[in-house]
Amino acid sequence: MDRLLNAMTGLSVLLIVMVLVSVRRARIRVEYSVAWLAGAAALLVFSRARGLLRTVADLLGVTYPPLALVLLAGSVFLLIFYRFSLIISQLKDDNIALAQRVAILEYHLQMLKDHAAGY
Amino acid sequence: MSPAVAEGQLLILIPAFNEEGAIAGVVQAVRGVMPGVPILVVDDCSRDGTVALARGAGAQILALPHHLGLGGCVQAGYKLAFELGYDYVIRVDGDGQHDAHDIPRVFETLRTSGCEMVIGSRYLDGNGGGTSPVRTAGIQFFRMVLRPILGKTVRDPTSGFVGVNRSALEVFGRSFPLEYPEIEALVVLQRRRFRFVEVACHMLPRRTGRSSITPMKSIYYIVHVLLGVFVNVLKYERRAPKQTRRV
Repeated sequence: MDRLLNAMTGLSVLLIVMVLVSVRRARIRVEYSVAWLAGAAALLVFSRARGLLRTVADLLGVTYPPLALVLLAGSVFLLIFYRFSLIISQLKDDNIALAQRVAILEYHLQMLKDHAAGY
Repeated sequence: MSPAVAEGQLLILIPAFNEEGAIAGVVQAVRGVMPGVPILVVDDCSRDGTVALARGAGAQILALPHHLGLGGCVQAGYKLAFELGYDYVIRVDGDGQHDAHDIPRVFETLRTSGCEMVIGSRYLDGNGGGTSPVRTAGIQFFRMVLRPILGKTVRDPTSGFVGVNRSALEVFGRSFPLEYPEIEALVVLQRRRFRFVEVACHMLPRRTGRSSITPMKSIYYIVHVLLGVFVNVLKYERRAPKQTRRV
């Protein structure tokens, strides 16, 4: 049990460091780092606070507390993935609309140029 | 014989992606049948000579800055046509499979039927030859799926030979499926209580290239389109009031 919880602690610390370094290097925008940092912090707290983890495991009806931690972590990261799917879909829609608008504006510009050139 | 077309009434839309082997012939064939009608080639960021050849053949070009896929490409053309005030747009594929001689029939039906969409169907007069067995099976499957949703049978739901009027242009400018748009577009229209009709059209062998839907992609196609159809059916949109007239 200790080994698994220690591994979870290590993983959460690694995740926090990676996200902070990426934010510092402007590879992740601050607003998108919050979900990762919150998830990793929750993982860190639960992997260190045994009493809290045992309470959560009892609430979930899980006899082996580290399994509760894995379930919690999985749920948190699923929610994060879902949120990012929403963001990516919105970005794709915006990107398509922008590309179409650019093409249409270029078309109008070309028409104006042709008109000015006397075609 | 080409029908009389008032200026600014009809636009022929040709989506194209790497069609240098066929595009000039397609544009010339359309010009031959519909002289004086503007032709817009929407280039989906081709890497070959599609743009130059289409322009050389007399088409106007709407060049997308990056590859959007067929739906995004067609929607860009619809948006421009709506902005320019066209009443009707007929879409013809850039690979030369659609016979330009059928355009006047599609246009005439579009003008006189009162339907928002006219589909050029290869199955109405028994001219379904040349379609692969996999595609034929897919078409039959989607006929079955669409029948209860549309309230009528559509013989050729995957046809890209489609004419739309200004009302449909407005709807498609706001909402148009991005991948494999033909089938989902029918559901988008149905949600608006718009009507469609099919007219018999002749399909020619592809002049160049191969279909983007390979046998391996067919399963993905079916799952994707099925999901798209049901998402569109379930999508919350304020629906237009039911009309009594049906075609």
